[in-house]
This record gives sequence, structure tokens and C-alpha cells, in this order.
Amino acid sequence: MSQSAQLLHEPWPDRPRETEGYVFAMWIFLATEVLFFGALMAFYTVNRWAHPAAVTQAAAHTDFWFGTINTAILLTSSLTIATADRALEHGLPRLARLALWLTLAFGLGFLVTKGFEYRKDLEDHLWPSAAFALHGAGARPFWGFYWIATAVHAVHVTIGLGLIGRLIILSQRRMLRPRQASMTVTTLYWHFVDVVWVVLYALLYLVGRP
Amino acid sequence: MRDIETPQAAPQTPEPAKPSYLADGHTVASWIFTTDHKRIAILYALSITVFFFIGGAAATLIRIQLFTPHNTFLTAGQYNRLFTLHGVVMVWFFLVPSIPTTLGNFLLPLMIGAKDVALPKINLLSWWLYLGGAALTIVCLVCGGVDTGWTFYTPYSTLYSNSCVLAAAAGVFVVGFSSILTGVNFIATTHMLRAPGMTWFRLPLFVWAIYATSIVMVLATPVLAMSLLLVMVERVFSIPVFDPRFGGDPLLFQHLFWFYSHPAVYIMVLPAMGVISEVIASEARRRVFGYQAMVYAMVSIAIIGFMVWGHHMFVSGQSPFASVVFSFLSFIVAVPSAIKVFNWTATLYRGQIRFAAPMLYALGFLGLFTVGGLTGLFLAVVPIDVAVHDTYFIVAHFHYIMVGGTVSAFFAGLHYWWPKITGRLYSEWWAKFAAISMFLGFNFTFFPQFILGYLGMPRRYHQYPDQFQIWNVLSSSGAVVLAVAYLLPLAYLTWSLFAGRRANANPWDATGLEWTTASPPPRANFETRPRVTSAPYDYHDPDVGPTQPNQPPRQTQAAE
Amino acid sequence: MTRRELKSVVLVPLATWACLCLALAATAAYAFIPDAPIKPIAALAIAAFKVILIAAFFMRLDRASALIRLTAAVGFLWLSFLFIFAFADYTMRAVRG
Repeated sequence: MSQSAQLLHEPWPDRPRETEGYVFAMWIFLATEVLFFGALMAFYTVNRWAHPAAVTQAAAHTDFWFGTINTAILLTSSLTIATADRALEHGLPRLARLALWLTLAFGLGFLVTKGFEYRKDLEDHLWPSAAFALHGAGARPFWGFYWIATAVHAVHVTIGLGLIGRLIILSQRRMLRPRQASMTVTTLYWHFVDVVWVVLYALLYLVGRP
Repeated sequence: MRDIETPQAAPQTPEPAKPSYLADGHTVASWIFTTDHKRIAILYALSITVFFFIGGAAATLIRIQLFTPHNTFLTAGQYNRLFTLHGVVMVWFFLVPSIPTTLGNFLLPLMIGAKDVALPKINLLSWWLYLGGAALTIVCLVCGGVDTGWTFYTPYSTLYSNSCVLAAAAGVFVVGFSSILTGVNFIATTHMLRAPGMTWFRLPLFVWAIYATSIVMVLATPVLAMSLLLVMVERVFSIPVFDPRFGGDPLLFQHLFWFYSHPAVYIMVLPAMGVISEVIASEARRRVFGYQAMVYAMVSIAIIGFMVWGHHMFVSGQSPFASVVFSFLSFIVAVPSAIKVFNWTATLYRGQIRFAAPMLYALGFLGLFTVGGLTGLFLAVVPIDVAVHDTYFIVAHFHYIMVGGTVSAFFAGLHYWWPKITGRLYSEWWAKFAAISMFLGFNFTFFPQFILGYLGMPRRYHQYPDQFQIWNVLSSSGAVVLAVAYLLPLAYLTWSLFAGRRANANPWDATGLEWTTASPPPRANFETRPRVTSAPYDYHDPDVGPTQPNQPPRQTQAAE
Repeated sequence: MTRRELKSVVLVPLATWACLCLALAATAAYAFIPDAPIKPIAALAIAAFKVILIAAFFMRLDRASALIRLTAAVGFLWLSFLFIFAFADYTMRAVRG
């Protein structure tokens, strides 16, 4: 455990309680995110339940390789941030900083890959407007879900990258070690973003194959 | 001889050791960038008061329009925008925040013996998000308003309305996150910052109420946020979500919307119940009857309240099977509420009741909440709801709970804790007059609406058949009395800030940690960290009532 | 780095990651097997397995207090209310959308 003094904020009486409190607060926030994304999943489920054939056909047009590569990227970013969190806890701030940089890189890689995938989807006329490529009730709502869910997820990834960037800046200024709680809380958020993607992957990229 | 009717003034209060939180910084910046939960509570109080009067202005225009059957004071389109404005503002910018962000923010740390909430900066962010949502709603208003009803039903809101749906939905979306962050903060605070000796079952019932409310806020609001996001996306990008032409289901919106909006009414009523428990205990000089039952009742309401939303959809095309399930669960959820009403009544029994303004509001709550709750039970019966759905019976039912219930309790709490928050005493005579006027005005406004609904007058219509006029005239006339009754506290409470007698630490002679510190409290709440050694509401021995009138509590919760 | 540090900082996360990658490969492969049974359920089950791995080992629920575990579960429990009661409607409607 790092020997450096840990910061204490008002109104906490002592540091262990404060860390416990911040971690607890983040878990409560993650519970709200479960319901936020869960409501979106309800839309998906109702649509797929009502139009199974149309959804299966429509989902065959998602790009399997983009999706799978992105899943691998995000899983690896979870590895690096988990390493960063544990490294800081064990008094290894330089390893933590390296792992944070890697996480940032992977996260950006995810967004860039997603960008290329969006471009391809638009070229294939998979935006559910008048020029939509597919037919059948349920196809447009499926693709509507695709765009909404991946966009909302991408917003969360971006927020996560901002939080990771903040940790990197703190680390560069040698101010990260007293802020273990900050690291743990950011790590939890990033893992949650990964969890959402894991579920989205199953809903979007594994349907209608081969 | 102490006047038992009025809270005690402070004849010789020594100068407090530390400045009060009100004196701790006089610049605007020290207020709008504060992280002090007490100042944030005041910021919220000012904000929700502004919106209360905006919503009230909309209601005034509505009641003017409905004074005569074929009035042309407003067009149908204007009327639709006004009742929508009234609903959106009153629900999300007044009722949902009201007690939690004002009294809850101020009192939660004090009641548990903490210096502040768990995340003070997030608390400030919550208020800033409220302002952000409020600004978007003002934008909507300036752009001509929205006419979908506060319920934003699809496909009207997504495909057909020509009004400012986006700004309104965005405003509610943003203020929802204010709610969520407040809930997270309060849950963490209650779990992690209780003073030594403050075990869960020594907590005041107001704290339990805020805790249960926070759980509901945190778990319900995200679903509302997503439902409105989907409406905005469908509207702006024409992506079909609820559009039946492409296989979407408009009823899915209602499921998602009411999944939040039914628990939302418990967000609005649970804190009110907490206030009532505090006021009744103090003003009847009695322990709350059945403390544990009260706790379990509130927690049960919070949980079962999530399983009844379909009772808003009995006539929407929902399957009758689901309707029966929701109906049954709606019956079940009434039971814990009824237990609470019985327990408050039992608390009053053989009490030494002081009829100061807070108690008058609390007694009003008991009657009005009972009427509202019972009519809710009627509506849980599917055939009855099929007959009166979308009539004034529904309007009367929810106003009895929201206004007769929550607003009465809010005023009860406002008056009860006013000396603590401001350090001043208000005019007891004016307060009693306002409380009684409010009760009478409220009943004159809303009881005729039960009759109107029973007779078949539909809601959300700007004109109506002649035979309904007499009841509408009664209702509109009652609204005049009610409006005056709401303006009175604005006047005498503001006056008290400048010229009211100063209050001492415990003008009501009540138990509870908040009464052990100065009025108003210092920035850090307590001079020394409290230790709790006794149960709450320690007004008398558990098995007997007080033996004399005005008996002070046996010991306050904090051992000095 | 001590042996204990190595285990905690590098090996546990790495082992978890390896299991996740295997699960990813499995779920992808299964999706492509023609005429394999219960594909949607298999995909979701493997996804659930991955979520549990991330929650238990990356998010440290394996060593967390009862309060934290309860908080982690509560969102899913409440979400189940949404699904169960909404589908009580959908499955029992006479006419499909």
C-alpha cells in the first residue's frame, strides 16, 4: 500500500471511510446506468420479440469483424486499466501511468474503429431514413437501436476517456498516488462501459449469422 | 409562562461561537459556488419557488378558461400548452425536487450528525443541472410551449406535434440527472456518514423517508431519461422507435414512461410522509406509534411502487392479463400507506397536541392524503378506471395526493424547520390563517372535480358541456382562495427574515440532532461531533404517554 | 516487484483477460455454426459469463462487501421488473404489433 498521505475531503472523518464512500457512490451510479441502458435493451427486446425474422435478416448486415475487433480492443483496455488500478495500489505509479496511457490508446482505437464502421454502414444505406436499404417491419427499429445504442455507448466511452485523461495528467504531475479513490472510481466506470459493449456485441453482431 | 401555541423566542441567546452558515460569505459567488448543503438547500428553495409560481400561473389561466363552458379566453392550442406547462413544471421542477432538495438537503446531514453530504461538489452540480433543465424549459416556453401533455405520449410527441417538444424533453432529461445525482449523494450519505451511535433504527423517520425516496430516484429516473431520449431521437432524426408504420410500438413509450412516473409519485409523497412523522411526533409530544412498521412501510412502498405502473395504461391497449396483475399489485401498495395513516393517527391519540401551523398542515395532510389514497384504490379497480380514466376524477385524485398531500407536508416542514434554517420566527397568527385558508381553498378547488369526473367531464379539454358549469365555477372560485393562501406564506415568511423574532436552538422543544445545534447552524453543523445514545422521539417512556402538558423530552438524542 | 504484487497486479487481470478472449472466440464461433440450436440464448449466456468475469475480477466484486455486491445486483433486479411486467403485457396481447 502506498505510504504517501492520502487526501481527505470534507465531510469525511477518515480516509478509509471516504474511499469506501466514493466506491459505494460509483456503484450506485452504475446501478442507474444499468437501468439507463436496460431501458434501451427493452426497446431492442420488444422489437426482436415482435419481429424475429426481420431482425435476424437486418442484423446480418452488421459488420462482424468491426464488432469483434472492437470487442477485443475494449476487453484489452479493461485489462490495462485494471492493471493500472492495482499497480497504483501497490505503490507502482510508473506502471500505473503506462497502463493508463495504454488504456487511453485502446479507447481511442475503439472510437476510431467505430468511426470507420459508421462510414461503411452509411455507405450501405443502413441509416433508417427514406433511403434505407432493408424492408420489413422491425428492420428499421433494429437499425435505429444500432445507431442509438452505439452512439450512447460512444458518448460514455468519450466521458471515460476524459476521466482517464484526467488521471494521466494527475500522474504526470506526480499527484496520482494520494488519489487512489479517484483511480478506483474511474476504473469501475470504464469496466462498466466494457460490460455494456459486451452485451451490445451479443445483440448486434451475433444475430443472423452465417 | 411559556405560550404553548407559539414556538419559543430567544430572550438571551449568547453569541454563537462560530458564525452561522448564512454569515459565512456574502458574495454571490459564495452562494452559487457553495458546497455547503445548507446553502444549496436555500438555492433550491428559491429555484423551486420561482417554478411553483410559473406552474401556478398556468393553473390560474386554466381555471379562468374553465369558468364558463364555451370560453374563448384561450384557444384549444393555447390551453393544451398551458396544461402541459403546468404538469411539466409542477412535477419535475417543483414537486419532485421540493422536499428532498430543500428540507432533505438541509436536514439530512444534521439529522444523522454529519458535517455535510457525502459528495458536496456533486450536490452543487445537482443544483446546476436543475438550472440547466430549467433553462431549457424556459426556452421551450419562449418558443411557444409544448402541447403533448406532461406525459409526452407517442406517436403525437414524436410524429405529429408542431410544438417545442425537443426543448421540453431535453429540459426534463437534464433535470432528471439532477435528481439521480441527488439520490446517489443521499444514499451514500445515509450509509456512510452517520454519527457514532446513530444506528439505522435510531434514525428519524424523515431520514428513512429521504433514503427510500433516493432509492426510487436512482432506480426510476434513468428509465425516464432513456424514454425521453428515444422520443427526441425519433423526432429529430426520424429514426423509428415507437412508430407503428415501421413495426414500432407506441405503447412501449408508455411502459418506459410510467415505469418512472409511477414511482415518481412516491418520490413526491415519501418525503412528505417523513415530514409528517417528524411534525406529528413533536407537536403531539409522542413517540411515533410503530416506528419499525413505519420504516418497513416506506421501504415497501418504494419497492412495490415499481410494480404497479400499468394502472396508468388500463385503457391504452395493454393486455387485460397485465391489467389484472397491475390492478392487484396496486391494491397491495395501498396497504403500507394505510398502515402509515393508522400509525400517525395512533401517535396523535392521547397526545398533548399543540395546534401551531405545522400541526395544522399535518392534520390537513392526514385527511387529504387519505381521500387521495382511497380514491386511488377506487381507480385501481379496472372497471372503475375504464369509466373515469381521462376525466376530472383522475385530476382530482392526483391533486389530492400531490397538493393536498405533498404540498401540505412541504408547508408543514417549511414552517416547522423555518426557525432552524433562518434563525427567525414567523407570525403564528398569519401562518395559522394561511394553513386554514389553504385547506378550505384546496377542498373547494378539487372536491368538485371528483364530482365532475364522476359525471363524465373529460380532462384536457378547453371547453365543456353546459351541465358541468356549476362545479367548474366552484372549482375556479376555490382556486382563488388557494392562490391567496399560497401567496400569504411568501409574504409573512419573507417578512420574518427581516423583522421576525430570533429563534433559539430548539423552539419546539423537540428531539432530534438538528435541534441540538444553533439556529441557524454554523457551517460545520455541530460544535463537536454528536454521539447518539437513545432512540428517536424520546418524548416519554415507551409504554406511557407524557404525564404533564408541555413536558420536555426526557433527553435529547445527543449526549453532551 | 514482489511475488504477491506480480500475482495481484499482473496475473489475475491477465488470466481474466485470457478467459474473456476465449469466451469471445467461443461466442463468435458458435454464432457462425449453421443450424446450431438456441443461438440467441447461447450468445446472451456467454455475454453474461463475460459480464460476471469483468464484475468479479476486474471490478473486484469477489472481495467486495455485501453492500457493494447488493448495489451491483440491484440495478439488474429492478431492470427485471421492467422486463417481466412489460412482457406480461406483450406476451398476452391478442394481436401482435
